[in-house]
Amino acid sequence: MSTLSPTSAAGPDPAVNVDVTGETRLERITGIAQQQGGLVSLVIVFVAACAFSDGFADWGNFQSILVGNAYTSLLALGMTFVILTGGIDLSVGSMFALGGVLAAWGAGHGGVLVAILLPLVVAALFGLLQGTLIAKARLAPFIVTLAGMLFARGLLQAISAEGTDTYLVPKGSAFLWLGDGTWRPILTAVILFVLGGILLMRTRFGQALFAIGGSENAALLMGLPVARTKVLVYVLSATIAGAAGMLNASRLQSGVTNIGVGYELTAIAAVIIGGTLLTGGAGSILGTAAGVLLLAVIQNLIGVHLSQYGSSASDLANGLFLAVVVLIQTTLTRVRRLP
Amino acid sequence: MTDVAVRPTPAVLDRNRVVTWLQDYGVYAAIAVLIAINTAIKPSFFSMDNFRVQAFQVVPVLIVALGMALVITTEGIDLSVGAVIALSSAVIPLYLGYGPWLSIVIALVAGCVSGLLAGLMVAVANVQPIIATLALMIGVRGFAVILNGASAKSVTDETIGALGLDSWFGIPQEVWIAVVIVLVVAFVVRRTAFGRRLTAIGDNRAASALAGLPVKRVLVAVYIISGLLAAIAGVFLVGHGGYADPSNYGLNYELSAITAVVVGGTPLTGGRIKVLGTVAGAVFMQLVAATLIQNNVKNSYSQMVEAVIIIGAVYAARGRSGR
Amino acid sequence: MHALIGENGAGKSTLIKVMTGVYEPDEGEVRLRGEEVAFASPLAAQEAGISTIYQEVNLVPMMSVARNLFLGREPRRYGLIDSTRMKREARDILRDYGVHVNPARPLRSLGLGAQQMVAIARAVQIDARVVIMDEPTSSLEAREVETLFGVIRRLRDQGIAIVYVSHRLDELYQVCDRVTVMRDGAVVRVDDMSAVDRITLVSLMLGREIGDVRTHGATGFADAEHQVKGAPVVAARNLQRRHQLDGVSVEIRPGEVVGLGGLLGSGRSETAKAIMGALPLDGGSVEVGGTTTRRTVAASIRAGVVMLPEDRKAEGIVPSLSVRENIVLAALPRITRAGLVDRAKQDEIVDYFMKRLRIKASSPDQRVSELSGGNQQKVLLARCLCLDPKALLLDEPTRGIDVGAKAEVQGVINELAEQGLGVLLISSELDELIEGSDRVVVLKDGRVVGELTGDDVSQDTLMTTLAEAPPEPDLGAPGAPEPDTTEEERHD
Repeated sequence: MSTLSPTSAAGPDPAVNVDVTGETRLERITGIAQQQGGLVSLVIVFVAACAFSDGFADWGNFQSILVGNAYTSLLALGMTFVILTGGIDLSVGSMFALGGVLAAWGAGHGGVLVAILLPLVVAALFGLLQGTLIAKARLAPFIVTLAGMLFARGLLQAISAEGTDTYLVPKGSAFLWLGDGTWRPILTAVILFVLGGILLMRTRFGQALFAIGGSENAALLMGLPVARTKVLVYVLSATIAGAAGMLNASRLQSGVTNIGVGYELTAIAAVIIGGTLLTGGAGSILGTAAGVLLLAVIQNLIGVHLSQYGSSASDLANGLFLAVVVLIQTTLTRVRRLP
Repeated sequence: MTDVAVRPTPAVLDRNRVVTWLQDYGVYAAIAVLIAINTAIKPSFFSMDNFRVQAFQVVPVLIVALGMALVITTEGIDLSVGAVIALSSAVIPLYLGYGPWLSIVIALVAGCVSGLLAGLMVAVANVQPIIATLALMIGVRGFAVILNGASAKSVTDETIGALGLDSWFGIPQEVWIAVVIVLVVAFVVRRTAFGRRLTAIGDNRAASALAGLPVKRVLVAVYIISGLLAAIAGVFLVGHGGYADPSNYGLNYELSAITAVVVGGTPLTGGRIKVLGTVAGAVFMQLVAATLIQNNVKNSYSQMVEAVIIIGAVYAARGRSGR
Repeated sequence: MHALIGENGAGKSTLIKVMTGVYEPDEGEVRLRGEEVAFASPLAAQEAGISTIYQEVNLVPMMSVARNLFLGREPRRYGLIDSTRMKREARDILRDYGVHVNPARPLRSLGLGAQQMVAIARAVQIDARVVIMDEPTSSLEAREVETLFGVIRRLRDQGIAIVYVSHRLDELYQVCDRVTVMRDGAVVRVDDMSAVDRITLVSLMLGREIGDVRTHGATGFADAEHQVKGAPVVAARNLQRRHQLDGVSVEIRPGEVVGLGGLLGSGRSETAKAIMGALPLDGGSVEVGGTTTRRTVAASIRAGVVMLPEDRKAEGIVPSLSVRENIVLAALPRITRAGLVDRAKQDEIVDYFMKRLRIKASSPDQRVSELSGGNQQKVLLARCLCLDPKALLLDEPTRGIDVGAKAEVQGVINELAEQGLGVLLISSELDELIEGSDRVVVLKDGRVVGELTGDDVSQDTLMTTLAEAPPEPDLGAPGAPEPDTTEEERHD
């Protein structure tokens, strides 16, 4: 590209004539608080838990937190991409369950390859349909994916005799290798998060996600492929959810049918707590990872100290956290006069 | 001066007219068709007994959908209604010792408080409705289950049970109350300043603000009403079931309510509300479910059909708003 | 270096959008270097070498400077974006534009001037042969404008054609070689910049000749001056808002029509909105009837000030409500008892105003969106009048409505003033402004640059005032220098 830089020409050097500051210190601090709030809270909660909660600071406990959340965290990963564009995907919980059932069925009926590929292909097609309705027919993402949630759940029950048939992965199937052990699930999640980070920060697709969420109009005028990117992001989210379900089935050695209800909410909560703006345009994979871990640690603590209330106490905590975080986010956003 | 109205060309008008007619009255026609088909297949469908069975199913959804319709009119959404149902059902056994009416009142107040929180987040803090009510959806249900404990509690009070089971003049009490609520909501929308402001704010918020309308107050009020109506639905569910089961009550109600509103012809983009249409939307979805069950279609397939209807309804409504 | 000018609605933006592939022309052709071209999308236009810088900076504020600069054509290594190289190149490129900034900072954290420079750098980087700039200086400080001009001159020297759209006449004379004047969707003159003097330029834009005999009775206004009596009903003092208003003061007395003159972007609508309490201010005060009002729209209405907004569709009508409901929308508190709308009272008001303003609708129940522009405007006027106001702020009351309705609306304004209302009239139409107003306050770049009274209220004096070079006291003045503290105060 022959860059037409104006230096070569004559004329006075404009030097430092342009006012670059426009951000006050207050705005800068609030910006950092907004981006790193999830990470900071995670560190605080983690340190406090280590100090005050007996049995928390235990290697076995850490392992169980990490393994227990390895696959569900992937839903938050996919959700991050969607929310960055200003959209939302409520169908991931159902897709997680569907992926698991398809994988278990595939392992029994076709072997490893079918077990792995079938959920991915179905999920991708499903995402393609949702993305097309959102990007091309311009329907609201939340209503499309809400219907998608219902549809995928219905499909799952249809292929499992209303949820009564649980397909088991045959003993000795090579498919079981995927989710076996302690480190394999954790490593899988870490690798996928790293790949997600690279996709977001180091590819044009990732940059287009930021641009669309930041200003769809500007993205269009800059000549970015807006519609295509939006379709792809729903394909990506659905595929990740299907893959997470598939991996989970490998770990559980069966396709559990009643799993995944409400998982989309936890995923959204983790993404938002991780500092991604629900309006899109700003956020990070690292933040989402922090959000996932923060919720996981809280859930673990509640499980230890408030076990009589079961998961409802962590629901309450999740809801509270989410409300507090969005309130802080909107307040900070107003201070920084974002659009 | 002949410029009374800008009219589209006749050909377009005709097609528009068909589309508009379908959007306005299609749901009523569909209800009639469904009733006819069902009665033809099985004459007992058109009976008082079946009517009562269907009514108990549809009334809670219908009441929640009315609140949802009001929220959607302001370009909002309320995902917390299912959780509020759970909260209201959890509160009742707690205060039953003080008498049924007091416990009902407290349940309704609890719904209002949840709505107030949603309204404040949306109107004052400027949080997007979807995320504000999502936080409540998660948190309020957790709170409800904590209040109640994980297992369902039996509620054997006669007054509350009567709401869910007994009839006046052969028609369930619930239905009477629902009719009153529909009439009140329709009246509020058509005759009061509040109803007028509601529509105006949803239709053109900038103009409403420049005309000096109390935008924030109206928004907060709308979410409180939605919470209140959801709480009423919760009371009915407890009365009908004889149990308070916050872990399971109200699940997916937000979805059913939104579906009823959308199918009834209220656009998701706000500014227009159809109270009767919402009633019809709820009835239609119930009839679809009943029809499928009656013909031994599995629950899984009816779920998929419901999903397709939602998309179809939103798609059809899009034609109007995009004009 | 080609200037493109014209008043609001002259068709400049549409022309730009056709040239850059946003719109497709119904007829006609676009030629690039003699070849006919048709762009299907902004991307196609960019690839052909036409890049555009829009009035509002069209970049993504939350992304970093470097990423904005390279969005869609990032340098890659092994298939991945090479962000080190991207940052380095961004820093080098921006240095040439006088922007010394860490390219990893979010674009939003830069001043508007620097953001505009990034937009220009981006446009030029795409191998541009033609750069279209739509009001690039509207948000710049004076010294930033100087820098921009430096850059523009160097681009020109490199053989890049520049289309420059601006309302600031001084700027055009500073940098442009040729000029195209547009009015009402057509080109009215193409000439060398030096061949057209300021006053000609203004008269071409407005469609009036200097020394034209004033067409009496061209408007519905009676020519006689109104009886102005008593203390000001509205007194706005020293209104301040960054980049928009710089110490505007206006007084409106009962029975007086005060015109606000000025070209597009001079701060007329902002002044009206500020008086109404609909625009947050950095400084200044508004008194109604001698007392300072709370700065909300509802409080202003209670104090007796009402406004007819400029943008009828976006800020005026509520399209799906009926004519009746639209008229009484703002008056609801007055016709409501215990929350219920008093229908008798409502119908009485609606009936009265529909007759008085001769609103043509099939019935009061007709949806307002089905009415013609003129009747919609009358509905909005009725909405204002049924509030029983003391002062009326009219922002372009006759824009986009037909001749008959126009005369009627003008007649009503005249009547209202005779009845003792204070009226603030904003109009881009000279006839209307001059015949309608008793006094004209002229704004330019958010400042009052003149006031015409008595016999001075004429087309010639107005155009002369508009064309005069602004009494620039010192460079960097508009709104500046602003200490950081005001920045923070504003966001409380």
